[in-house]
Amino acid sequence: MKPLECGSSLPLCLHRSFASRKRKGGSKLPHSIAAVVLLAVFAVRVQAADVTLIKNGTILTVTKSTIENGDVLIRDGKIAEVGKGLTAPEGAKVIDATGQYVMPGIIDCHSHIAVAGSVNEGSISVSSMANIADVLNPEDIDIYRDLAGGVTAANVLHGSANPIGGQTQVIKLRWGKPAKDLPFEGALPGIKFALGENPKRSGFSVPGASRRYPATRMGVMDVYREAFSEALDYKKAWDDYNRRKAAGEPNLIPPRRDLKLEPLLEVLEGKRLVHIHCYRADEILQMIRVAEEFHFKVATFQHVLEGYQVADEIARHGAGASTFSDWWAYKMEAYDAIPYNAAMMTERGVVVSVNSDDASEATHLNQEAAKSMKWGGLSHDEALKLVTLNPAIQLHLADRVGSIETGKDADIDIYDKDPLSVYAVAQKVLIDGQVYFDRQQDIAHRAELEKEKKALIEKEKKAAEAAKKPEGPKGTARKPGPLGPPKPPGAAPKPSESKAES
Amino acid sequence: MKPRLIPFAVATMLALAPSLRTRAAAGAGAPAPSRVYAIRGAKVVTLAGPPVENGTVVIRDGKIAAVGASVDVPADAQVIDGKGLEVYPGLFDAVTDLGLTEVEAVNATVDTTDVGTYNPQLVAMTAVHPASELIPVARANGITHALATPLGGGGFGGGGEVIPGQASVINLAGWTIEEMLVRRSAAMVVSWPTMQTRTFDFSTFSVRERPFTEVKQEYDKRINELVDLITRARHYAQAMDKGSVANYDRDLKLEALAPVVRGQLPLLVVAEGKRETRSAVEFCDKQKLKMILAGGSESYKVRDLLAAKHIPVILGRTQELPQDEDAPYDQSYATAGQLAAAGIKIAFASFNASFSRRLPYQAANCVPYGLPYEDALKAVTLYPAQILGLADQLGTIEAGKMADLIVTDGDPLAIPTQVRYLFINGELTSTDNKHLQLYEKYRQRPREEKWTDG
Repeated sequence: MKPLECGSSLPLCLHRSFASRKRKGGSKLPHSIAAVVLLAVFAVRVQAADVTLIKNGTILTVTKSTIENGDVLIRDGKIAEVGKGLTAPEGAKVIDATGQYVMPGIIDCHSHIAVAGSVNEGSISVSSMANIADVLNPEDIDIYRDLAGGVTAANVLHGSANPIGGQTQVIKLRWGKPAKDLPFEGALPGIKFALGENPKRSGFSVPGASRRYPATRMGVMDVYREAFSEALDYKKAWDDYNRRKAAGEPNLIPPRRDLKLEPLLEVLEGKRLVHIHCYRADEILQMIRVAEEFHFKVATFQHVLEGYQVADEIARHGAGASTFSDWWAYKMEAYDAIPYNAAMMTERGVVVSVNSDDASEATHLNQEAAKSMKWGGLSHDEALKLVTLNPAIQLHLADRVGSIETGKDADIDIYDKDPLSVYAVAQKVLIDGQVYFDRQQDIAHRAELEKEKKALIEKEKKAAEAAKKPEGPKGTARKPGPLGPPKPPGAAPKPSESKAES
Repeated sequence: MKPRLIPFAVATMLALAPSLRTRAAAGAGAPAPSRVYAIRGAKVVTLAGPPVENGTVVIRDGKIAAVGASVDVPADAQVIDGKGLEVYPGLFDAVTDLGLTEVEAVNATVDTTDVGTYNPQLVAMTAVHPASELIPVARANGITHALATPLGGGGFGGGGEVIPGQASVINLAGWTIEEMLVRRSAAMVVSWPTMQTRTFDFSTFSVRERPFTEVKQEYDKRINELVDLITRARHYAQAMDKGSVANYDRDLKLEALAPVVRGQLPLLVVAEGKRETRSAVEFCDKQKLKMILAGGSESYKVRDLLAAKHIPVILGRTQELPQDEDAPYDQSYATAGQLAAAGIKIAFASFNASFSRRLPYQAANCVPYGLPYEDALKAVTLYPAQILGLADQLGTIEAGKMADLIVTDGDPLAIPTQVRYLFINGELTSTDNKHLQLYEKYRQRPREEKWTDG
């Protein structure tokens, strides 16, 4: 079945099942209530001791095997020591992880959370000037919900409505912090490309609007060649200018800055990572051809559902592959998707991650990784890498996150069971050594939130009644719109409801 | 005759061994003269009593002939050595478009929703495609039964179908629908109208906001139409009871609704929100109709009412986030346990053919959030059979029931578990499927770098 509602400028929701109709809709209270309360809770914590000891857990380091009854010492947001029998210095906070599992925070290499408004600037085929970093929304409840599923970092991308979607942003899920604190410091910038059915707009056209080029896979490939040809001309113009300027030539006029081509130039210079939405094996190979023609490297093929058919070529190019665990058949180009994909590409030497593309899916990426043990026989550690170390490698952040090792950021999940079990539940999630999610605290605060919500509803009701009375004192109430109280930016219609377009 | 031992092998291998008389991937083969099997020395989780350690299950002519710890293996049986294996009833996806949808985004392959607001005369089984590639894929993960369900309510341009048709119970093996059909009509589907002030309008491609009063008016109109339709069906059923067909004009829509108004066929009401759910329960109560709630995202908010009216709930995908932004983050996992604790019978469903194989995980995910494990297991086996009135044939491993069961190497709700053997209608059925075939095919691709482009 099709969704009743798909968010504002979302061109396609074709993949969506009837089970996932209208997640956001109707009149609701702003979720900033939760934000404010949790912010208050954690604000105190942030200023607390800067040393934390996680004691006596099963430490899944990912890179240095598993330590039974192990400890992790965290100092100033970094992992200071990993081992057994570590002692907490005076004043350190201690987290007892007895009987629990400690693993590196999950990294979601394909996410659309924390975006205000639409993820697609699909009006033109090349929108490389558009930047996700400009529209980060720290109040998106999905940040908190994904955090509760153990996700500590996410690669936030544009949708796939056009061949070149725009600039991406890796974030840490620092729920409660302002937008400026979400970006993962030092992460390389990225850019989203898209191949196949979505950029060619198959099965979709806005009534009354003229069709936008491209409409075929030929056209999609041409868009890249046109764009990079332009970028090379742009580079030449600047090179010429700089050379003549260096030679001391007077009265030179610099070329006009081109915000569309600048990011493409960064791609050519290896300063910006290319993440490519793709499905079919043939288009993956075509893209490798274009990349090699223009001498740039693809950082990751995203979704890459037929990657198993051309794993050797992906490995040879040196690209990573970030795929789904078992999604298939939601559209034609996903019809040959198989759940063995991650394992088969791994076997042939590709660095593989499993991503969500969807705020719901992101809440159980640990389980999605586990499926590669069932379908294709990856080992426990290899499966775990799919959502930790491998996405870190793909995002060029493996020196910072992705494993529990001395010197890395203390982005850590604590589960009550082996995180690859379908019965495991995240208990605590730390980012930079700070507890950003604590299941027991969450449960303890529910009654308080419910009470606050009720009070706010009552307040709104009273205000509405007061507004109805003509003799009511002026200015004491405003007339609520049909949707109730005004919403913060985060409560805007959710754009990213579609796998098909994201 | 000495029992022949079926070697321990993954069930997929069975597809390559025709001598074992397994069904081909597409469906059942020619009926074998003797269809006798024995699974020996396995842990048998019958769901009709405590598990039988080191038990034996005997299957004869489609039915379970015997089950227990001290059951003799018949001389004519093909034998599966169950050492280290576990036997469970086959899994039942209680609402899905399996067989009705091949590729969701390709309309030509989708037969879930027809044109028109009220189509009670449509029956899912008339469109189920036995050769769908999605069926063996679901089967490979232990799904043996499904409620193939026409669905309405959404649709581009806001289709708003209210009665999309009747849902059929099928098993997942057969050359034709006749071989797959368990019950032609198991429920009349009602996609309960919603009161959405904010919708996405595909004709203008923008968010459409309308005042509540307008939306409410439209909603009331739909409910009045439903009341009218049920009333007319009641009159029609009376005419059917009293007179012969010659005495009235035949009306297939009303005829289809006759079992509903007689209380023989339940309404499967698809509703998510609290308001819609409550409204549907009140409607069915007033009209004295049997109701099953499907979807039920906010069913937890009306669980006292659902419990009081004995309305079972078929839950949608538990791995989806709650619709309500203010709901606890884990509400989708917690709902099942809350309903069960309130005494409500629950089942899980994929609501989506390509996600059907996730059914066991959907159930498992609710266990740490308060659903007892046994309920989780029953909610994908016995409970859907009970809810759909098929518990006399399906859902447990008991003598006399249809032999629909899976032999696994562990907990069927856990991810690493593999389905080793699968029986549908007493036939050893292959777990080969499109995905496994592609896996085998591309594993064979030579590793030499063959791709050059000059």
